[in-house]
Amino acid sequence: MRARVLVKPKAGILDPQGQAVERALPALGFTGVRNVHVGRLIELDVEDPARLPEMCQRLLTNPLIEDYEIVEADGTNGAGSHAA
Amino acid sequence: MKFGVIRFPGSCDEVDALLACRRVGEAVILWHGERDLQGVDCVVVPGGFSYGDYLRVGAIARFAPVMEEVAEFAAAGGLVLGICNGFQVLCEAGLLPGALLPNTSLRFIFRQVELEVVTRDSPFTGRCEPAERLSIPVKHTTGRYYAPDGQLARMEAADQVLLRYAPGENPNGSLNDIAGVCNEQRNVFGLMPHPEHAVDPLTGPTGGLPIFESIRAHVADAALV
Repeated sequence: MRARVLVKPKAGILDPQGQAVERALPALGFTGVRNVHVGRLIELDVEDPARLPEMCQRLLTNPLIEDYEIVEADGTNGAGSHAA
Repeated sequence: MKFGVIRFPGSCDEVDALLACRRVGEAVILWHGERDLQGVDCVVVPGGFSYGDYLRVGAIARFAPVMEEVAEFAAAGGLVLGICNGFQVLCEAGLLPGALLPNTSLRFIFRQVELEVVTRDSPFTGRCEPAERLSIPVKHTTGRYYAPDGQLARMEAADQVLLRYAPGENPNGSLNDIAGVCNEQRNVFGLMPHPEHAVDPLTGPTGGLPIFESIRAHVADAALV
């Protein structure tokens, strides 16, 4: 399976990168944008998708500071989201 | 006493750490791919960019063969000092609570900071003066200390914060001005500032020396028991 792991800062943790982007958009005329968060996308081919959550917990994310969502690369929601 | 300083691919402060350790004792380099800790009394996980800091800072280094031995060493009560990237590695490895996030400024910072010694009740601060201020440089992009509220409160209650940035000195947005924390057992200590860069009057303040002297004194005292 081709999978995408979407990683984003945990809710409530200060995200200065998201804030910087949010402040930059109005300068280009893009108003009305709020709650910007910047995360990371990891794409991978995986033989056993059932092991993806464990991969996320142990290496791909730090569950203390990040939330993640596993999505099948064809666009459908795969193993679902998880907030550790 | 004998220190062992780990060298990962991408470490850059291991030689300064080695020289700082040699001011108070013996010191050897420990290669990341080896498992033999060579009978050291204290392991130093140095600063740098271990394994390129790919994915997240410290995320890959924690799986190095030597780190498995360090985890066992720490579980048996061995002293472990993590500096900057070493602090990040120890947090990722679960040997220290919390995590390090990008500085609130999103910029690399490199400057001298004033630190307050919060407690002398640890192997790493035992030889500091009460409420001593240490002048030590910081140089990092990812040094904002974070731990969830409940955990932070437990750490504060258990006196696990050993060093704080002095009022007005917090360079990175760390919660509670935290510059360095230890584990519950108090034998593993991590800090973002670089004590190994502050040991020689030739190059500036020597605020890092008391950290190394405290470790030496602790090991010497333990040997007498």
